[in-house]
Amino acid sequence: MSTYVNANVEKEQKLSQYKGVLVFGEQKDGKILTVTYELLTRGRKLADDLGCELSCVLLGDEIDGLEEVVKRGADKVFFIKDAALKNFLPRPYSKAITKLCEELKPEVIVAAATTTGRTVMPLVAAMLDTGLTADCTELTVDADTRLLLQTRPAIGGNIMATIKTPDHRPQMATVRPKSAKPAAFDANRTGEVIVKKYEGATFFTPEKFLEYIKDTTQEVSIEEADIIVAGGKGMKNADGFKMVEELARILGAGVGATRDAVELGWTTYPHQIGLSGKTVAPKLYFAFGLSGKIQHLAGMQTSEVVVAVNKDPDAQIFKVADFGIVGDVFEVVPMMIEAFKNLKANA
Amino acid sequence: MNIVVLVKQVPGTDNVKMDPVTGVMIRSGKDTIINPLDENALAEAIAIKNSHENVKVTAVSMGPESAMKAIKEAIAMGADGGVLISGRAFAGSDTIATAKAIAAAIRKLGDVDLILCGERATDGETGQTGAMIAYYLGIPVATYVSAVEVKEGGVIVKRTVEGGFERVEIPFPVMVTVNKDINEPGFPTLKGKLKAKERAVPVYGPAELGLDPAELGLKGSPTRVVKVFSPKLSRDTIMKKADGTTGPVEEMMKFLAGKEAI
Ligand SMILES: Cc1cc2nc3c(=O)[nH]c(=O)nc-3n(C[C@H](O)[C@H](O)[C@H](O)COP(=O)(O)OP(=O)(O)OC[C@H]3O[C@@H](n4cnc5c(N)ncnc54)[C@H](O)[C@@H]3O)c2cc1C
Repeated sequence: MSTYVNANVEKEQKLSQYKGVLVFGEQKDGKILTVTYELLTRGRKLADDLGCELSCVLLGDEIDGLEEVVKRGADKVFFIKDAALKNFLPRPYSKAITKLCEELKPEVIVAAATTTGRTVMPLVAAMLDTGLTADCTELTVDADTRLLLQTRPAIGGNIMATIKTPDHRPQMATVRPKSAKPAAFDANRTGEVIVKKYEGATFFTPEKFLEYIKDTTQEVSIEEADIIVAGGKGMKNADGFKMVEELARILGAGVGATRDAVELGWTTYPHQIGLSGKTVAPKLYFAFGLSGKIQHLAGMQTSEVVVAVNKDPDAQIFKVADFGIVGDVFEVVPMMIEAFKNLKANA
Repeated sequence: MNIVVLVKQVPGTDNVKMDPVTGVMIRSGKDTIINPLDENALAEAIAIKNSHENVKVTAVSMGPESAMKAIKEAIAMGADGGVLISGRAFAGSDTIATAKAIAAAIRKLGDVDLILCGERATDGETGQTGAMIAYYLGIPVATYVSAVEVKEGGVIVKRTVEGGFERVEIPFPVMVTVNKDINEPGFPTLKGKLKAKERAVPVYGPAELGLDPAELGLKGSPTRVVKVFSPKLSRDTIMKKADGTTGPVEEMMKFLAGKEAI
């Protein structure tokens, strides 16, 4: 009995050393990416609820505008500066973050569910021997236990699961990009920018970053797009699918597609949205001639406003739509194209 | 050259049940498939085998005994052999406990140059296991890979990242997680199916892998599912019926303007 009590006291002492919320910001070519400011929105809320500091870590060689991270909500910004951290490589990045975590002992770490965040966080979690929950849509704090409640879709969005990390620290989660608004700029906010240099062979790695090639085949990348126009099998053929692309062009939107539309060759895989494609969360999502199978919904249901056109009034897509039109896409979509053309001409 | 491919058995339909108490998925074993992206990983391994000399491909899976089906399928598609990690002690493992077990099995296989797996599985969808295994093996990892070029002593991979691609050169041994762009998976051959039938596949439990049961399964998992619930699908949908006029579209325009969506 007493050993049990002692073990519990020991555990609590161990866990109580961990304080503060840390978010992992991202940069490319020395420019801070917007997703960093989205993380600050999440992080600020958690830090306020926990009554603790919010820190942000950025890794790179040269980074512009670190002050802005303070102005948008961080109490402390840690810039881990090293030539080896210029471009993303999993090993040096995870080692650098782990090193900072060992110093800071944050209670919570939040990163973006980007290709970078989703690669580096599992490594950090393994190094720190703690849990990690991917792709959360909701993060809250349990007021009594201070535990982070991490809610994420599972099994293709069929269910939502809330996950916690009771006995390990830090508690780690990634959140989908675009699932929070970037934190507002407040010129009066103050905080600290701390440049960290870890000397030595810490960041040695046998991997070599060769080059970054911009994808020019996608006019608007769907992860970045504020508006997405998506089409499914109901567009009938490649010609029909061109209507989707036309409206996207008029709106400066990204082109999305269901798996069926991709498999029929009407567009390419980078446009596929859903369980085995991309997850997106634009401000506005148009769903044309697609049924809204759960695997597709898994990739788009966090869109802010959804407009659906389908001739089947019982199509599942209407369940997640804010505005639905029951009708033939070949009748309705051309009208929309006209309406948006007029809107643009008069703007 | 030794290649290991990780194949996870996943539900082939979306009729999946969760244990309401433990929050752990109930796997019936019926209606299962190889995780689609693991099939891409397998196809890549077999393509490398077909274009290089002395390549051996081993499929590794962790799961209930029924996951043997996934390994046999991998052999039927061209893998040389397989290993199944199975046992009650593994039940309820989260990504970290799973990664530790799979890393132990790969270590037991000896000199492995290249490990391939899907970038994520369609059931858990975390995309974490690959990177964690790399950590436990002490080797580099490349994720979201859409092309692998095998060279002397290593690989050059093409990663699909936000807005484009990255090319990275990595020496062996390396863990690579692939996406769907990498290839078109093939089908099992008759010869392959016969081979799969004959080939004995060892099953490793904690003892064979030298693992402490305290590090496995639910006990070895830092994360706990505390609640599962159905997502609220319905929004307050405004429904209109197309009637040949521009009326419904005009109403949509007003609605979007009101929402400040356009
Ligand atoms: C493991 C797994 C992973 C998957 N991953 C994905 C994924 O990532 N993304 C994805 O999208 N799917 C995925 N799927 C497939 C998914 O289950 C569906 O098959 C797919 O989303 C259906 O595509 P669809 O809506 O275009 O076609 P359908 O389901 O055939 O729907 C076509 C719709 O168009 C409507 N329609 C037809 N003609 C017209 C017209 N003239 N005007 C208006 N409406 C019309 C019909 O009423 C129907 O609702 C996955 C499946 C599995 C098993």
